[in-house]
Parts: sequence; C-alpha cells; structure tokens
Amino acid sequence: MAGEAQTATEYIQHHLQNMAYGKLPAGYTRYDGTVLQESTWTLAHSSQEAADMGFWAVHIDTLGWSIVLGMLFCFLFARGAKKATSGVPSGLQSFVEMVTEFVDKLVKETFPHRNSLVAPMALTIFVWVFLMNLMDLIPVDWLPMAAAGISGNPHLFFKVVPTTDLNATLGMALAVFALMLIFSVKEKGPIGFLKELTLHPFHSGKWYIDIFLIPFNFLLEAVSLLAKPVSLGLRLFGNLYAGEMIFILIAIVFGVGVLGFIGAGFLQMGWAIFHILVITLQAFVFMVLTTVYMAMAHDREEEHKNDH
Amino acid sequence: MNINLTLIGQSITFLAFVWFCWKFVWPPLLGVMKEREQKIATGLEEAERAGKDLELAQRKAADQLKEAKEQAAEIIDGANKRANQIIDEAKQSALAEGDRLKAAAKAEIEQEVNRAKEQLRARVAELSVAGAEKILSINIDAKAHDDLIDKLAAEL
Repeated sequence: MAGEAQTATEYIQHHLQNMAYGKLPAGYTRYDGTVLQESTWTLAHSSQEAADMGFWAVHIDTLGWSIVLGMLFCFLFARGAKKATSGVPSGLQSFVEMVTEFVDKLVKETFPHRNSLVAPMALTIFVWVFLMNLMDLIPVDWLPMAAAGISGNPHLFFKVVPTTDLNATLGMALAVFALMLIFSVKEKGPIGFLKELTLHPFHSGKWYIDIFLIPFNFLLEAVSLLAKPVSLGLRLFGNLYAGEMIFILIAIVFGVGVLGFIGAGFLQMGWAIFHILVITLQAFVFMVLTTVYMAMAHDREEEHKNDH
Repeated sequence: MNINLTLIGQSITFLAFVWFCWKFVWPPLLGVMKEREQKIATGLEEAERAGKDLELAQRKAADQLKEAKEQAAEIIDGANKRANQIIDEAKQSALAEGDRLKAAAKAEIEQEVNRAKEQLRARVAELSVAGAEKILSINIDAKAHDDLIDKLAAEL
C-alpha cells in the first residue's frame, strides 16, 4: 500500500529497485546531498545511486533469495534422495520422485544424446526457477516491509522475486549458453563447431562458392546462436516482471477507498490464481528450452547432412 | 534496470546448484527409482507365474479329484459285487448243508424204520410161533418148523 508520503510513482519505483551494494566514487553527491570524500562500498539509497554504481555492484536481495531458494531445493531433494528406498515411497520421497520422473521423462524425449548432466540440470532449473517465481505470489509488501522493519531503514530496497531481476535470468541464460558452447566444442571439436557456424545453412558443396557464403552463414548462425540465451533470459524476465508489475499496481488500488480495497482483493486473488499457471509454465519453458539447446549443442554436423 | 555483477553471481550460483543436483540428488534418486521399477517388474512377473501355477494346480487337483471319484466308484462297485457273491455263496452252502442234513435225517429214519421192521418181524415170528403152539397145543419142535416159521415171517 502506498504510504502517505509516497506518490504512486515513487511506490512503484521503490518496488522495482533492487537492493544494490556497490562502490560509489569519491566526490559523488549522495541522495541526501552529502559529498563522498573517498570512494566507498555502500548500499544504494536511490535508483540513481544504484545506476551510478555501474557494473561493479551486486543485488543482494536477488542473489540472497536465489541462494536461499536454491538451497531449499537442494535440501529438499537431497533429503528425499538420501532417504529414498526402493520400497513403497511416501511423503517427501514420492513428491521428489514424482518431479524427478516427470523431468527425466521429458529430458529423455527431447535429449537423445548421452550426457548425465542435462537431466539434473533440467530438474534444478525447473524446481529452482519455480521456487523463485513462486515468490511472486507473496503479497508485494510483506517481505519488503518486514525487511524494512528489521533493518530499521524504511526506504530499504528489497525485491523478493529474483526472476524479476534481469541479472538473474540473464545470468542463468549465460550459464546455459556457456554450457552450450562447451558441449558443442566437446562433441564436435573446435573445427566441427566452426564448420557448423560457417557452412550452414547455405552450403553448395563446391569450396570456391562456399568461401563466399561463409560471411553470410556466420552472420546468420551467430545471431541465431546469440539469440538463444538472450531470448531464454528475457522471456522469463519479461513474464515475471510484467506479473510483478500488475501485483504492484493492484497493491496501489488497495489504498483507494473501500471499493478499491474490495476490488483490489478480487483482482489480487484472480491475478494470483492465474499467475500460478504462469510461474509454472515459465519454469517449465526455461527447462525445456535449456534441454533443447543442449540437444542442439550435441547434434553433429553429419546428422544435419543426413537430414537434407 | 542495471546490469551488474549480479549477472555473474547468478551464473555461478546456477552452476553450483546444477553441480550439486548432478552429484548428490540425481544419481541416488534415479538409482532408487530404477531399482523399484525392476522390483515391480519382477513382482508382476512372479505374480503372473504364480497365477499360472495356481491354474495348473487347480487343474491337477480337479483331475485328481475326478480320478479319486472314479476309483471310489470302482471300489464300491467291486464291493457290491463281492457282497452279492458272498451272499450267493452263503445261500448255496446253506442249501447244500440243508440237503445234506435232510439226506442224513432220511437215512437215519429209514434205518430206524428198517430196524423197527426187523424187530417187528422178529416179534411177529415169536408171537406167531407162540400162537401156533397154543392153537395146535402140540409141542412142535421149533427147530423142525423153523423153515415154516421163517416163511411165515418173510411173508409179513
């Protein structure tokens, strides 16, 4: 709910700013007008400060929640795996096995190659991203207010949904991209990978024509290769950011009279129910696309040729 | 929206969790699941086999029961036959015994009759001699008239 002193715009901006911890240079004028004598590591107190920190800053809330939720995943599943017996499964074990089997089946269908990393990665992505998305369903003000109360700073920036931070989604997409490159090179060899980048999709079979086709091919392949991680990261970010935005807007409506309160209640519920689908779907999409990209990285050129 | 170090941090976090899952979560879980799959498969197989065995056993039991019934019927038949035979034999032996007894009785009776006749004859001879003695009042030499008396006795 918007505080008395806050305008709706400020409220929204406040909710969309991460808790950034970074270095401000010497001579920098801070939010309260004080000028820094020397460069300091500190928490940003305004969006402007966060932006001025440049690349060398971390979003403590994003990383913190990511790690907490990732550890929750690891804890739950490692516990399930540790206690697992081949007898009749129950409770946590059956839940863990159900998810694992679902992922395993899906990966087996989409990823026909031999790589023991892909299925666990898909499982990690699915559950972890789902958990991070799930944070979106917690009313937007609860955790930020709690954090503000605990820290004693009413203007503390605190964004609880890691996947609404472009850094988080792109970071995961980049890791996937790195694995794609590694597996491509490992499976096809550096030459094979280069060939794939330069001799497709236009290919005549005569070397003197192929030479002139290389730049076009490379351009096309490079764009399509780079588009994969970017689209992967942006898709998740976009969906969750939009969802979060709607929740924030609904939260503002809560402050507008009794009718607004009741209406916002219904809106909040409706959007949250709809969002259950969205967050699951987005986690699923991220997992499937990652698996597909891995499969593409493992596809050999020879197989491509056979397809033609 | 600022792109900053969080990007790298998140990548590293991601890879760390993937590694953890790869090393400590996936292998035991899948191992257990495969093991159970196998267990269930063998269980089903055994159940099927047991079903077949049961069917076989039932058929065998039915066969045996039938055989036993047949045997029992045979035995009862045999026993009935034997009983009839025994009764027949008993009847026959009883009849034979009866006949034999009857014959013996008859023989004895005849003997008795003959003896009685003999006695009677002897007695008659005596009486007739005495009567004749009395009638004739003469002393008849019994020995001189033995032939006559014998003839008379034989005529009786």
